[in-house]
Amino acid sequence: MTWTAEIVVQLKAVVNDPQGLVVRDGLRRLGFSGVGDVRVGKYIQVELDAADAETARQSVSDMCERLLRNPVIEDYRIVNIARAVERAAAK
Amino acid sequence: MTVTSAELTEPTSAQLAEVALTRSEYDAATAQLGRGPNHLELGILGALWSEHCSYKTSKPLLRGLPTRGSRVLQGPGENAGAVDIGDGLACVFKIESHNHPSAIEPYQGAATGVGGILRDIFTMGARPIALLDSLRFGPLEEPHQQHLFDGVVAGIGGYGNCIGIPTVGGEVYFDAVYRDNCIVNAMCVGVVPHAKLTRARARGPGNAVLLVGADTGRDGIHGASFASVQFDASSQSRRPAVQVGNPFLEKCLMEACLELAGDPRVVAMQDLGAAGLCGSAAELAHRGGVGIDVDVSRVSRRERGMTPYEVMLSESQERMLVVVTPEEVVGVQAVFERWDLHSDVVGTIVTTPAFVVRDGDDVVCELPLAVLVDGAPERGAPGPRPSRSPQPGEPAALPAWSADETLMRLLGSPNIGSRKPIFRRYDHQVGDGTIVLPGGDAAVVRVPGSRRGLAMSTDGNARYTAADARRGAAIAVCEAARNVVATGAAPLAVTNCLNFGNPEHPEVYWDLHDAIAGIAEACDALGVPVVSGNVSLYNESEAGRIDPTVVIGMVGLLDDVERRCAAGFAADGDLIALVGPVGHGIDSSELEHLAFGMDRTDSAPDLDLDLERRVHRFVLEANAASLLRSAHDVADGGLAVALAECCLWGDRGASAELDELAHERPARSRVAGILFGESQSRFLISHPREALVQLEELAGRHSVPFQALGSVGGRRIKISGAIDIALDVAVRAYEGALSAGG
Amino acid sequence: MRFGVAVFPGTWSDRDCAHAVELAGHEAVMLWHKDTSLRGADCVILPGGFSYGDHLRAGAVARFAPLMDSVVDFAADGGLVWGICNGFQILCEAHLLPGALTRNSSLQFRCQPTWLRVESTASAFTAGSSRGDVLEIPISHGEGRYVADDATLAALEDEQRVAFRYVAPDGSPVGPASPNGSMRDIAGILNANRNVLGMMPHPERASEELLGSSDGMRLFQSVARSLARDGAVAAAAR
Repeated sequence: MTWTAEIVVQLKAVVNDPQGLVVRDGLRRLGFSGVGDVRVGKYIQVELDAADAETARQSVSDMCERLLRNPVIEDYRIVNIARAVERAAAK
Repeated sequence: MTVTSAELTEPTSAQLAEVALTRSEYDAATAQLGRGPNHLELGILGALWSEHCSYKTSKPLLRGLPTRGSRVLQGPGENAGAVDIGDGLACVFKIESHNHPSAIEPYQGAATGVGGILRDIFTMGARPIALLDSLRFGPLEEPHQQHLFDGVVAGIGGYGNCIGIPTVGGEVYFDAVYRDNCIVNAMCVGVVPHAKLTRARARGPGNAVLLVGADTGRDGIHGASFASVQFDASSQSRRPAVQVGNPFLEKCLMEACLELAGDPRVVAMQDLGAAGLCGSAAELAHRGGVGIDVDVSRVSRRERGMTPYEVMLSESQERMLVVVTPEEVVGVQAVFERWDLHSDVVGTIVTTPAFVVRDGDDVVCELPLAVLVDGAPERGAPGPRPSRSPQPGEPAALPAWSADETLMRLLGSPNIGSRKPIFRRYDHQVGDGTIVLPGGDAAVVRVPGSRRGLAMSTDGNARYTAADARRGAAIAVCEAARNVVATGAAPLAVTNCLNFGNPEHPEVYWDLHDAIAGIAEACDALGVPVVSGNVSLYNESEAGRIDPTVVIGMVGLLDDVERRCAAGFAADGDLIALVGPVGHGIDSSELEHLAFGMDRTDSAPDLDLDLERRVHRFVLEANAASLLRSAHDVADGGLAVALAECCLWGDRGASAELDELAHERPARSRVAGILFGESQSRFLISHPREALVQLEELAGRHSVPFQALGSVGGRRIKISGAIDIALDVAVRAYEGALSAGG
Repeated sequence: MRFGVAVFPGTWSDRDCAHAVELAGHEAVMLWHKDTSLRGADCVILPGGFSYGDHLRAGAVARFAPLMDSVVDFAADGGLVWGICNGFQILCEAHLLPGALTRNSSLQFRCQPTWLRVESTASAFTAGSSRGDVLEIPISHGEGRYVADDATLAALEDEQRVAFRYVAPDGSPVGPASPNGSMRDIAGILNANRNVLGMMPHPERASEELLGSSDGMRLFQSVARSLARDGAVAAAAR
């Protein structure tokens, strides 16, 4: 079966996020009051073949651990894993 | 004043290891204080007494360096050194290491290294005009080394390009000894009018201490301690020791600080680096002979729930301390606000020379500054000088390569080949000041608003220091000076970065001792003082130790950039000459490394400092008299490589003939020495035909060997009886050297 | 002539542009991003740099600066606006020019000489050159690959609004040696009214022989001559 995984990679909470700071200040300057912390990360979409959802999730976790994120300064979360067919129907 | 936090009862070994203090150091601290330190005080002591901050091992050895000269405005002891360059201007420069963080996270480690050295320059009121970097990695064929190399180059470019300061030079070597301990040394050069040179010496009890720049987070806690211990398996997990650089914020910080340089409202400025707020605050106060009282609750934080310990020891980047008279605080803060920079008054200067930290009303730390900054017991030699076992006599036979093939291998070697794949990733032209671009000998950057130019180079062949620490270090100084002299500039002063292994091993300690002696000897002979520098120790791990790596950053002065000398051949028909002795022996050379790998002789090339000085004088006078078209220092790969480089850089061939090859039939090993040996004190020059007589006469007056070799022209590189290759073929080898992976 | 040089936080070519303008014999005034006054500039330069660190997208935040409101009005009135490198990126984000600048195809930052063929002389910036002239001007960017949809590219070509194209040193097509992979090898473009120019290479870095090339100086002098000959706004509509 084909699955689509959606992953968000962000800088760890403990490190500085220069992009987030600039975006935060930019939003405030545009008049959006009440904007607090902003953090900017990466959204990665991966299509993969796997027998079931659990295997797909395990595979994607391995991908994150080995390539998609830098363990020294980044965290990741798998936001969604869905059948690719389902995604096509939802479009 | 009573400290509210409880005294620590005798700390455990684990607690001491956390702050990288030995038990005897703990006992010394307790004796000096007359009591045991509390948890916060212990952390602060650990940071300030680390090797990185206190120089407890190297300080006694560094005392031997020559640091004075008629042009020296500021020697070691401040954030950077400063020398007069005429027209009421000073050149401010320093080199610093960021080895340990780069091994863990190459991009950010290198980026924050650049950020740190930039701050050291602009905290003195000087506008940075150039960056250079000296790098060492393991063999380029190995994927992890490619990853480090690529990450470090990307990080240097990422920070330098974003902030808009040109990276104009540097060097890179690949050797197995650096596999687990890479070297990233960043140098910065800036210019400032004398009147605006700012020092980090607080004064005036009652004056306010402003903290400006980034918010303080939990990153980098114990970074200084981290850099002062050997790598082990747990190093990977010491994650908080790496920060993410913010060059955009630093650009704003730099502009604001430069606006304030020389402003009478600013009493002193100090950037935050190793040991964060406590390191800077302590040094700032101690230099001025005053005390400082810091309130952590006034420090702007990035995260909630930070303890005073975390705030004081955080090494969050892009922060400065500025000492201002109380009435001027608002006005100075307005300058920062204009650049959207946040600032807070976090402390006061006081009379009693103590370091006091409070959290609102509670005093949580109180340490005498003399103990904190100068109290770390100096470490002497860990043992007697080890004897060197002499190498077996007969050198092994060289591989059966022809001279042509040897030259091609050397040109294609990652240690010699074209560095264009690196420097084209660095903005090396921003500032409209780079007159001699990277790729040759020293870079030359114009002094803004002036006809003068500054030549700059970093050099340090670690094979020579591994073979003979004293001579190798002296050679590093000479090579750096040669690169500067080759552009027509007179060497002014030196900054040095000493990268060594664990000094608790006698071999390392004595190598450090000898290297410093070698630097002193060469600097004295050449008349260049050492005005700043950095020592990085503990560059070793279970797998191995780096070679003693002495990196010399040299700055020279060109009175008129129009009088600069090119490095490559420039006109067909020009004559070529070798200034200095003919090569002999391939000791510690790149050829020896290519031929025999890790097995090498235990000797560095000979060095005659008096000859070296005379050769420099000759080249400078010849250039000043407009007798030269080009000058290139003969270094790695020897004469044949130098000749090939002059051809490649000038995009034209040459025909040379050496007496020693033409009139004898020397043995193969002797030929290798002549062509590829790395004998010292040599330049390869080219000149118009008409200048020959005057040059020979000048050489005679300076008692330097001068051998006419041939002429520039054609599209082949030829040394009669030995070398004959097409320029186009050489180009391919030369330009592809770093793509073994890059 | 007076050239206004915009300064956003993170801009660094401002001083270099001012230097080139002064070398050309004209006056440079700095325009702070928070101000709305153009200080009587005859031509506004948006120089290179990393305004706001290039965060989010290069130029994305700078385009909302108060100064940019004045620049947009100035351009609408026919005033000369010259975007260099980051300036070009800001002009695209502000929709004063079509298309966008994306990451170099090499995925690396590149600082190196490039050769530009002058494709159109119908602008104050290029009137001082001839069609087919090859100028040696360096680039220094990580996001210089020009992209636009087919309709835009067709319009640019049909209306002769491509100002410069990357070529080989002898003027022939640059092919795989393209410094960044720009579509149609586009290095610089003009707006419909031909008073706004965006270009990725840095002419201020090729303003003196001492720096390696003075080909960029030709552009500064062309602007000044056009302004002198035709007056401020009229100069734009050539």
